[in-house]
Amino acid sequence: MKPFDYQRADDADSAIATVSGDPEARYIGGGTNLVDHMKLGITEPEKLVDITRLPYDSVETLPDGGVRVGATVRNSDLAASHVIRQRYPVLAQALLAGASGQLRNLATTGGNLLQRTRCSYFQDTSTPCNKREPGTGCSALEGWNRYHAILGASEHCVATNPSDMAVALAALDATVLVQGQRGQRRIPVTELHRLPGDEPERDSVLEHGELITAVELPAPSENARSAYRKVRDRASYAFALVSVAAVVEVSEGAISHARIALGGLAHKPWRATAAEEALRGAPATEEAFRDAAEAELAEARTLRDNAFKIPMTRNTLSAVLRELTRQEGA
Amino acid sequence: MTDVSNSGKLGEPLERLDGPAKVTGTARYAFEQPVDDPLYLHPLQADIARGRVVTIDTSPAEALSGVHTVLTHENAESLNSGVDVELAVLQSPEIGYRGQVIGAVVADTQEIAAHAAGLVEVTYERHPHDTVFRSDDEIVYTPDSSDPMIGEDLDQGDVDGALAAAEHAVDATYTTPAEYNNPMEPHAAIAVWAEAELTLYDSNQGSYTVRDMIAPTLGLDPQRVHVFAPHVGGGFGSKGVPHAHVVLAALAARKLEGRPVKCALSRRQMFSLVGYRPPTRQRVRLGADSAGRLTATEHSALEQTSRVKEYAEQSASAARNMYVSANRRVTNELATLDVPVPTWMRAPGEAGGMYALETAMDEMALTCGVDPVEFRVRNEPERAPESGLPFSSRNLVSCLRQGAASFGWNDRDPEPGVREENGWLLGTGVAAATFPSFSIPGSKATIGYEPGGYYRVEIGAVDLGTGSRTALSQIAAEALEVPVEVVRLHLGSTEQPRASLAGGSSGTASWGSTIVQAAHEFRAEHGAEPAEGAETTAKAASNPAVGEYAMNAYGAQFAEVAVNTDTGEIRVPRMLGVFAAGRIVNARTARSQFLGGMTMGLSMALHEHGVFDGRFGHVVNHDFAGYHIAGNADVGSVEVSWLDEHDPHVNPMGIKGIGEIGIVGVAAAIGNAARHATGIRIRELPLTPEKFLT
Repeated sequence: MKPFDYQRADDADSAIATVSGDPEARYIGGGTNLVDHMKLGITEPEKLVDITRLPYDSVETLPDGGVRVGATVRNSDLAASHVIRQRYPVLAQALLAGASGQLRNLATTGGNLLQRTRCSYFQDTSTPCNKREPGTGCSALEGWNRYHAILGASEHCVATNPSDMAVALAALDATVLVQGQRGQRRIPVTELHRLPGDEPERDSVLEHGELITAVELPAPSENARSAYRKVRDRASYAFALVSVAAVVEVSEGAISHARIALGGLAHKPWRATAAEEALRGAPATEEAFRDAAEAELAEARTLRDNAFKIPMTRNTLSAVLRELTRQEGA
Repeated sequence: MTDVSNSGKLGEPLERLDGPAKVTGTARYAFEQPVDDPLYLHPLQADIARGRVVTIDTSPAEALSGVHTVLTHENAESLNSGVDVELAVLQSPEIGYRGQVIGAVVADTQEIAAHAAGLVEVTYERHPHDTVFRSDDEIVYTPDSSDPMIGEDLDQGDVDGALAAAEHAVDATYTTPAEYNNPMEPHAAIAVWAEAELTLYDSNQGSYTVRDMIAPTLGLDPQRVHVFAPHVGGGFGSKGVPHAHVVLAALAARKLEGRPVKCALSRRQMFSLVGYRPPTRQRVRLGADSAGRLTATEHSALEQTSRVKEYAEQSASAARNMYVSANRRVTNELATLDVPVPTWMRAPGEAGGMYALETAMDEMALTCGVDPVEFRVRNEPERAPESGLPFSSRNLVSCLRQGAASFGWNDRDPEPGVREENGWLLGTGVAAATFPSFSIPGSKATIGYEPGGYYRVEIGAVDLGTGSRTALSQIAAEALEVPVEVVRLHLGSTEQPRASLAGGSSGTASWGSTIVQAAHEFRAEHGAEPAEGAETTAKAASNPAVGEYAMNAYGAQFAEVAVNTDTGEIRVPRMLGVFAAGRIVNARTARSQFLGGMTMGLSMALHEHGVFDGRFGHVVNHDFAGYHIAGNADVGSVEVSWLDEHDPHVNPMGIKGIGEIGIVGVAAAIGNAARHATGIRIRELPLTPEKFLT
């Protein structure tokens, strides 16, 4: 690991000023991803600014019934939060599906959103990778790409976003609060992450130095049911092959409202707007679920090793919708 | 009288003698041995799969504060020629596989060494490489049968004629992927030179094996090499012989005389430097008559080896003696590639080979319309089919019968794909297990009588964490006819008498026989009331039954499998293993061994898969995020039991090795259960969800 300077931030403004003014400086939260990257030589920051002592470690209920989650709230604390478990079960389930207990104890909300792909080639500096070293090529395109994207990828990068939490946040219409040198801005979580295009090295729309301070969840609808389902190779501690976060409302046997996000399929948490559209007003039947999935997957492009993601996504989405609508109808 | 549960008699569940030291963290493993003022070594590895180093600029690394030296082929001392190629490190610029050692940085801290390693600039001359495992003629050959580890191919009777005439036939090809030994304690060594003598604190499966291989490599009299491995956190075969990092540490320490050098390999480095189970492709052809008796058995296996060093796994070997079959052909071929050197991994040969054979047996049982347990019983041989020798003991049928009764097999509905509960299809499967009962001659043990009434028992064996220290203490206590509390066992180094390596599940049998012999000689020389200071050293007598009997352990594996109808996810809620493995020395540690073996078999069935990328020649998923090993959540109920087997021939204690048989058969049992659950027959490991998606 390359030697680096470390400082602990006492206030957000000075942290932001420090990182904004130094292209080689980075924020560090839980460090569960960044420190790995530093050990592997994927990134070599010269300065780390530790933000875990900043006052962003609480989960607050907002006057409108929503919830604001501070950026440094630990994943395990957020998953255990009573208000999250009660009102946003999809988020609690997604958090608990992520990583291991040890990692969740350290990982933060902001850091989880900004974790980088686990593409094996990205993580190995001895192989070409456009995301790590722009212009060197994408090794996964013709390589081992079982975990890679089938939606929204480009010829430059087929990596997937690894977060479970972010998939749930996308289905919840969460908003990310960001502080920069020019003030605060609010970014819908669905717009935080980028598709790779021809700049796969840029994961998000954040500018260097911008700091995530919180995530806001809109008030849940009273009739909504939500769930997160993660399909993976082993029962714990594995990234998603496919995951589904869904928030559904059913009225008189028909789906009045559905918000769906998919994980493991794209460079970002994939908001399944085509599926949502197909479901609007549709009867809660297996056929409607499958049609919705097919609508979303119409544009999917598979690689050598990941064609299974199409039927797996279709089946998993159907299973989640079946479960949510069955609960509602019971 | 001592407490019954802790009297230490053979078979009793004596707690591990080193348990408290391990759980309190005071048991020191190789890297933790206290040495003065150590330096840290980080290996440099080739980024190409074949070619040569043209230039290697170490100056940016050497310029870093804290770096003491950078070893390369340009400045490393000459090693004795003719040594093991894995140990001939830095002797030339040639590169035979990606990840091969091309240098080493030694620095004040591990972090500096690792950082400096990244600063070394290497240019290569690249040669075309080939790392894709397949059955093309251009890479396939039959290994030299003069190697004692390689049995000659077997061809008995008229296999083709019998297959053509068979009432029922199965012809299927099975594949298993590269699998990686990942013991909890990674490979690590500390090298200390003093007065032209080398001391190694090393994580290994045989300290004498390390001495015997390292001494000639360095041109040393073996007496000048001292190897210590007081505690080892597993090996699974990968620590059976020393690997490149041990020589690197020794070279570095000699160059920097006076400073001990520590080297711990990272998980990633272990994926290219310490061996692995090679991928296999196996064709099994079976013929059976109308009564469901096998008439022909053909098992032809192809395994991967490295171009730089041959390793011949013997996947088809179990088919030589497993079942009745008048006509029998068994072949093993190798595909030679520009890949890291494979090595032993728990039950080498049998683990992968019995996956193929026992899946084919399931297929044949279904073809014949016979229950899979009954089909195996029906094909039970009376004598070893290949040699005609009697079995020293063979209780496979009892394992199958007892297992079937305990597992609830006998009410089984054979119809596949019809039991669904909450979106999961359920099924059950069975497979047989076998592993040879090896005993390696040549070990010695010393027994002395100490002040205070203690018996000092010394043997240079290694306890891999399996409980050898405890089991051997029990054997010594029984042989000396004393309570285990007055036995003090010393093992783990070349300071004790020579002992064979811990491999092939041979340890307890080989060392135990030696200790029994020493105990008997001690009593003969010194009587039941020896004087303080009385001492006897003895060598195990050779076993006259070797060559007169076929000696193997057996087992029956049962598995229940659930496959999700939507996602294809596969879970194993229940496993049962019943073993016939001679006398069990310690019921507690033996149970752990069987449990561990079965869990590793579950991992093999569902998860483990090293993926080679033919373009780069490396294992793409070379870390624990990418290379999946079963976690706790994957393991359901695992029940273990064993028969009260008395084998008068294997050794004086009547014990058989158990370290490896626990894994054998598990993958087949799970695959067979998955087929019963879903109707889908998978012939390719691991059993990942997409293979069951419909």
